[in-house]
Amino acid sequence: MGYLASMRIWRGNSEAGQLENHKVEVGEGEVVLDVIHRLQATEAPDLAVRWNCKAGKCGSCSAEINGKPSLMCMTRMNTFAEDEEITVTPLRAFPVIKDLVADVSFNYKKAREIPAFKGPENLKPGEYRMEQIDVQRSQEFRKCIECFLCQDTCHVIRDHEENKEAFAGPRFFIRLAELDMHPLDQLDRKRDAQEEHGLGMCNITKCCTAVCPEHIKITDNAIIPMKERVVDEKYDPLVWLGRTIGRRKAD
Amino acid sequence: MAEFERHEYDVVIIGAGGAGLRAAIEARASGLRTAIICKSLFGKAHTVMAEGGIAASMGNVNSKDNWMVHFRDTMRGGKFQNNWRMAELHAKESPDRVWELETYGALFDRTPEGKISQRNFGGHEYPRLAHVGDRTGLELIRTMQQKIVSLQQEDFAETGDYESKIKVFAELTITEILKTDGKVSGVLGYWRESGEFVVFEAPAVVLATGGIGKSFKVTSNSWEGTGDGHALALKAGGNLMHMEFIQFHPTGMVWPLSVKGILVTESVRGDGGVLRNSDGKRFMFDYIPPVFVKQYADTEEEADRWYTDPDNNRRPPELLPRDEVARAINTEVKAGRGSPHGGVFLDVSTRLAPEVIKARLPSMWHQFKELADVDITKQAMEVGPTCHYVMGGVQVDPDSGAATGVPGLFAAGEVAGGMHGSNRLGGNSLSDLLVFGRRAGVGASEYVAALSSKPKLEQAEIDRALASALAPFKGDSKENAYAVHYELQQMMNDLVGIIRVGAEMREAIEKLEAMKERAKHLSVAGDTKFNPGWHIALDLMNMLLVSEAVAKSAMEREESRGGHTRDDFPTMDPKWRAIHVITSWDGSKVSTERQTLPQMPKELAELFDVDELKKYLLPEELAQLGMGGN
Repeated sequence: MGYLASMRIWRGNSEAGQLENHKVEVGEGEVVLDVIHRLQATEAPDLAVRWNCKAGKCGSCSAEINGKPSLMCMTRMNTFAEDEEITVTPLRAFPVIKDLVADVSFNYKKAREIPAFKGPENLKPGEYRMEQIDVQRSQEFRKCIECFLCQDTCHVIRDHEENKEAFAGPRFFIRLAELDMHPLDQLDRKRDAQEEHGLGMCNITKCCTAVCPEHIKITDNAIIPMKERVVDEKYDPLVWLGRTIGRRKAD
Repeated sequence: MAEFERHEYDVVIIGAGGAGLRAAIEARASGLRTAIICKSLFGKAHTVMAEGGIAASMGNVNSKDNWMVHFRDTMRGGKFQNNWRMAELHAKESPDRVWELETYGALFDRTPEGKISQRNFGGHEYPRLAHVGDRTGLELIRTMQQKIVSLQQEDFAETGDYESKIKVFAELTITEILKTDGKVSGVLGYWRESGEFVVFEAPAVVLATGGIGKSFKVTSNSWEGTGDGHALALKAGGNLMHMEFIQFHPTGMVWPLSVKGILVTESVRGDGGVLRNSDGKRFMFDYIPPVFVKQYADTEEEADRWYTDPDNNRRPPELLPRDEVARAINTEVKAGRGSPHGGVFLDVSTRLAPEVIKARLPSMWHQFKELADVDITKQAMEVGPTCHYVMGGVQVDPDSGAATGVPGLFAAGEVAGGMHGSNRLGGNSLSDLLVFGRRAGVGASEYVAALSSKPKLEQAEIDRALASALAPFKGDSKENAYAVHYELQQMMNDLVGIIRVGAEMREAIEKLEAMKERAKHLSVAGDTKFNPGWHIALDLMNMLLVSEAVAKSAMEREESRGGHTRDDFPTMDPKWRAIHVITSWDGSKVSTERQTLPQMPKELAELFDVDELKKYLLPEELAQLGMGGN
């Protein structure tokens, strides 16, 4: 065990920055974050990096490794050849604060714009009854660790800053889907997704699903079903009538 | 001194894990303007790492369960060292705290009747842990985070400002609690990115900062577990109690080195996983202590029957409380019966079908596959003890969470002491966060309401705190904080670890003195702008202070109990049961003091068999309870 890896690390701030080359020792079984930490403890004590659990559970150490949005704590060094150059850069869809740390406040802002779960008024705490099969669909989306890699990779905002206003992004489409599929939620989430959060702007290229470290089927299980039901609702005259009279949730 | 950012709040909550967020919900409900401060981003606190579940005697799976059984299990788990009042409140209130989470949007796994499912766990007599696969902590933190957001949405609807009543300050570290005339008047902190200082003026502060694991080499704790709250309380004049009781979780990953210490959930054993040594033997049958022989099976056949027929069989010894299992693993490894990387084997692959394993333990499957190239549906895991949790913490009033000796200071969750006694049961942590988080929120609100005027922040106090935060830039040595931290972790692991002995602890206390001296002279390069070297220097001060409290408390207690095992005093001694070791700080050193634990009232004592009480209590204590005669 033990070799020197060639790391190219982005250093800089919101104004300017560049890639710096470092040779860093790698131990057996290590991940990219270990190597970044070694660099911090040796050559670059002021290298900024955000991390926390180091076990793929908190979603803090998101960055781009050789251009691919990844968790640094879950990217094993042995997935690269020993002589391969490994480039680590901050999330590109968000403003840089310093080095590998990006300003992800966009996501917290969007989170606040989605109305919270609203349970039935007539059920008291302890009276909720739901079947496992019914909660399972939403549970898949609640596995989300908010690493925001899906948000980073989504080309609707990655290359189009101007879309950020109208588009909440894949993380929040699964939040909306989770609430929509929650057996006891009382609000209409589909219309909200379409009209307030830009669901229609997604053209299902599945890039989000590809980078999700929790392997949530964002596109297939959340976005596509939501899109289908938005369409059903829009064009189904009975649903339209029901909604117009304003009595109940469409489904 | 330059002007810096200032805020005024009714209550400042330090820590945004389960306890801090639950306290915030309660404080806002009482009308307090509330600041929540977290070292990480919002929603990343260590609560997220909890796996197994939340213990609450809802009785959904076995209707025989109730708060009295939960109370009994908690006291047994803590070897009767617990503050009985906290254990009582916890057992009584945890079902309501869990049900309330459903109204916030939490989605727990279900029973066939559609109720919240509950799973078995070490030390719990009945299936008691509400859970979501093995990612219960994530569900808890996300639910609380989303509840905070929903309250902010209500405030927005009312005032046009999301942050009019609750504001989250993320990536900010608090370095000192500020006082005026002996009362809390605010806190000083710094933004981690910019290094700029922030002053919060507030009459009440709730500590919800979690644990101290980063003082040990092998730990399941993240970088945040540096004992900040424990140190803040000591520095503010509060007491710590029970600091000798540290839980080494029996099953942490042992390989690869870079993930050594990361937790392997107890649910693996709760769901049927067994521990074997290198001879293939299920060794836990050899380690059932006398106090537990009535509850644990002594043959593999009986143990295996228990999973399907718990009413007529005793539990498998793999589900003994964590301290027992951790010690057993430690002994097996020392005896040369360990696994190739210095642990033992935890096997679920021969016990459950692959699809069941993936459904019930998804994140364990994922964690081993991705970090260790081990497929747990086909192979055994290698596991060993890891520093997981500190039972000790700030001495508080059980009902309100008010810290002893510091008006305006409150503590809840891992940073508070007493609830778990000498050893915490799995699943009792998440419920602790919710029960006592809420109570600290109420306690802080009542305290603020009763104040005739808010203590005014004094500039001299701010300057004092500022000088101490900047001290690492003024050091005169070339030493760096990383090196001292590394030595501290190794030393605590070696000398005040899972098995302790007087001579080694004396050595640890001497070494800590030397490290404290070195830490005074550390010199940090650069300035305060995102400077991990400075952050670690400040964290190190906290870790040294807390480690001194741990080592001195451990030295003081001359017996073995729960998360405190001494080779030179290997047995539990009823004389020590009623004694709490309390630590305080005089500005330069930690000192210890023994206090007598309040006696549990008769109606709670009567929940136990007299024969069981005799194992823990002295004859005169039993006589006081009127239970001595028989």
